[in-house]
Amino acid sequence: MLHIPTWKRLLILGLIALGLLYAMPNLFYNKVEQHNDAIAQMERSGVETPEDVAARAGWPDWLPSGLVNLGLDLRGGAHLLGEVHVADVYKARMDALWPELRDQLVAQRDTIGSVRRVTAPEGQLIVEIGNADQMARAVEIARGLAVPVTSITGAGQSDLAIVGSGNRLTVQLSDAEKSATDDRTVQQSLEIIRRRIDEVGTREPTIMRQGADRILIQVPGIGSAEELKQLIGTTAKLTFNPVVGRTTDANARPGQGQVLLPSMDEPGVYYTLEQNPVVTGEDLTDARPSFDQNGQAAVDFRFGPTGAKRFGAYTSANIGQPFAIVLDNQVISAPVIRQAITTGSGQISGSMDVDASTRLAVLLRAGALPAEMTFLEERTIGPELGQDSIDAGRLSSIIATAAVVAYMIASYGLFGVFASIAVVTNVILILSVMSMMGATLTLPGIAGIVLTVGTAVDANVIIYERIREELRRGKRVVRAIEDGFNEAMSAIIDANVTSFIAAMVMFFLGSGPVKGFAVTLTIGLVTSVFTAIFFTRLMIVFWLDLRKPKELIL
Amino acid sequence: MAYRLKLVPDVTHFNFFRWQWLTFGVSAFAMVASVIITLMMGLNFGIDFKGGTTIRTESPTAFEVGDYRQALDGLNLGDVSITEVFDPSFGETRHVAMIRIGTTEETGSVTPEQLNQVEAALKTVDPGVTFAAVESVGPKVSGELIQTAFYAVGAATLGIMFYIWLRFEWQFALGGVVAIVHDVLLTVGLFSLFQLKFDLTTIAALLTTLGFSVNDTVVVFDRLRENLIKFKTMPLIDVMNLTVNETLSRTIMTAVTTGIALTAMLIFGGDVIREFVVAMLWGVLVGCYSTIYVAKNIVLWLGVKRDWTKPGEKKEKAPGEDIPAAFRDAP
Repeated sequence: MLHIPTWKRLLILGLIALGLLYAMPNLFYNKVEQHNDAIAQMERSGVETPEDVAARAGWPDWLPSGLVNLGLDLRGGAHLLGEVHVADVYKARMDALWPELRDQLVAQRDTIGSVRRVTAPEGQLIVEIGNADQMARAVEIARGLAVPVTSITGAGQSDLAIVGSGNRLTVQLSDAEKSATDDRTVQQSLEIIRRRIDEVGTREPTIMRQGADRILIQVPGIGSAEELKQLIGTTAKLTFNPVVGRTTDANARPGQGQVLLPSMDEPGVYYTLEQNPVVTGEDLTDARPSFDQNGQAAVDFRFGPTGAKRFGAYTSANIGQPFAIVLDNQVISAPVIRQAITTGSGQISGSMDVDASTRLAVLLRAGALPAEMTFLEERTIGPELGQDSIDAGRLSSIIATAAVVAYMIASYGLFGVFASIAVVTNVILILSVMSMMGATLTLPGIAGIVLTVGTAVDANVIIYERIREELRRGKRVVRAIEDGFNEAMSAIIDANVTSFIAAMVMFFLGSGPVKGFAVTLTIGLVTSVFTAIFFTRLMIVFWLDLRKPKELIL
Repeated sequence: MAYRLKLVPDVTHFNFFRWQWLTFGVSAFAMVASVIITLMMGLNFGIDFKGGTTIRTESPTAFEVGDYRQALDGLNLGDVSITEVFDPSFGETRHVAMIRIGTTEETGSVTPEQLNQVEAALKTVDPGVTFAAVESVGPKVSGELIQTAFYAVGAATLGIMFYIWLRFEWQFALGGVVAIVHDVLLTVGLFSLFQLKFDLTTIAALLTTLGFSVNDTVVVFDRLRENLIKFKTMPLIDVMNLTVNETLSRTIMTAVTTGIALTAMLIFGGDVIREFVVAMLWGVLVGCYSTIYVAKNIVLWLGVKRDWTKPGEKKEKAPGEDIPAAFRDAP
């Protein structure tokens, strides 16, 4: 036990040296962060400003530059938990299916009789047919529109669930298709949110899926959750619809295939529009903030080739008619077409300031969310509060470490010094592992480190107490130390495994700060076993080799 | 001779189990009392579990809670509570309040418009006020979080029980688990008694102390098993007394170092995580007690297998045989 081969000694010391090296960037947090930001900025834009070069030179390239991520509670920022209304998509799918189904059913009017869509619960399409006895035929026609589900779990199943009873034909998405659609909707939302946030260019946002239909968004450094919500909470569905009429009656009844939408700028004004848009935001290839001829903030946009062609054809056929620019079911403006717009570009102007036009341009570029989102959880932490927490955490860690070190040295003398060196090394190793992994440090995480300072000496205490006992039994120094380490080992392992189980549970079931705490605790457990068993022993072995003591007071 | 601080003498002969039934009664009483207190007084759930909005305000000048309340009274927010927060680190120029707004029926949490109203209203009575943190949780999530918390504590308990059962005997596992339940109940009881904020981080603290408490229990069990092998004919109660006496110094040492570290955090760690640290500190204390007086009592009561030699195995285990190969050195 006490004979450690040279290669093992070098390995232990090497690992600790590596730990020191990787923990070091955290000492120069601001410099390294600027260095990393400058590199990220250069990779994104390809150009380097003199400030970037200066920031990059602030930290040598050949040194490790990984940092412990600071959680929102330490850095300040906004946290949102959003729920995607996946059922929105079912409705859209049914609405899209209706014209096709209608055409096919109407073609068979001779056998199945009249065809009428009736009001149905959201996500269902219910059609009444004239001849109830010909329902089998209607079902057959509807089945002809179904396609197999494209997902691994739902393979081989149809995407539509079709039931005919009496004179009612009910069509909805099958369960397999629903779950496949949900998955796509959430993925798509995730992607669009990521694009929107990346466009604004904040540092290291966390955007991840949680559960079946939720998305967790954490953006450090942003002013408030409200600001973040404005950026990602809007669906940003842009359409250009033909205008049928303008009214101030909110209860006006639009005709078949028409919708009544409020105006964004003029309160009390409503437009009746054709439901089917001429072009949509999906046809856009670019949008950027600009100014109109009056110097008001506006957004310039450009269509892709197909969009430009359709828009050109529509405008040349409807000169003198108004058309509406609709964003999220509100009419932004309804200008009159003065001439055919064949260039494929245009401008949206209305009462907005520069911020709003910038935001709208970002939203249009990133694309529309496939479904609406509501927010179940919102948190804003101010940067000052975060800094206070860091300061308090730092102060209490230093005091805790100093007190534990003093107590250990008072209790075990030289061996206490060894244990103290191990404890301090342990804290450094925790930070270095977290930096390497890019793990996030939260306020409970700091408490976890402080707790680890207390418990990390536990392994040493178990060993030392055992050595004391062996010494009392009259064993010689080397023998007592050796037996002490051997006998203590199983207790140390058992004790840490139980803590490990608790930490794992926290990691898998926890969220946010709790997860951060679990990560810190787990890393702390592993490093503390390493420092207590290998590093302390190595120090003791060095001391034994050097002094060859005849007696040991412990 | 060099000075060594020893809180526990080298060799002790405390008869820990003389009052076996008394301590057993005390533990049982404390558990029942905790349950009753919790049922009667309820827990001061944070927004994680109850839903709602909290606003942390900071102001350079002293304020009256009454003024704040008056400012918010007209806004029709429903259940509003305002508490002033004190911390030694604040000094003269920092005055912190926590404002908590309960869930309103329809929206679940406060709407952005209401939030703006609240902030504007507070600014009129206290122009220097800033809003350090605003957090809001809807009732849907808070309901799920409660469930998750229950699962977490349950899963951790089962996992630990399984591990102890694997490594030791079922009596030990049962003893360990009753100790866990004891610790959890007493912590919850403390939070109810003093109406400390009970939220997700409290659960994290609970799980940590749970790990710590079992850690302690396992170390003593480990020694107990060793002594059971060594002293095959000694009455169980004497073996247990011997074990607890032998490990007493270590139990105290570890409790003290952990206590020192947590106390530093309690005093200097700021008010944001004070409840978290209180839960852990209390858990360490209770865990220490339950190791000896709950876990061991149960093992003593249930009795335990005395012959630990495996069939066909004559000699005693060599030292270090329990150690997994990875931690053993080549001779």
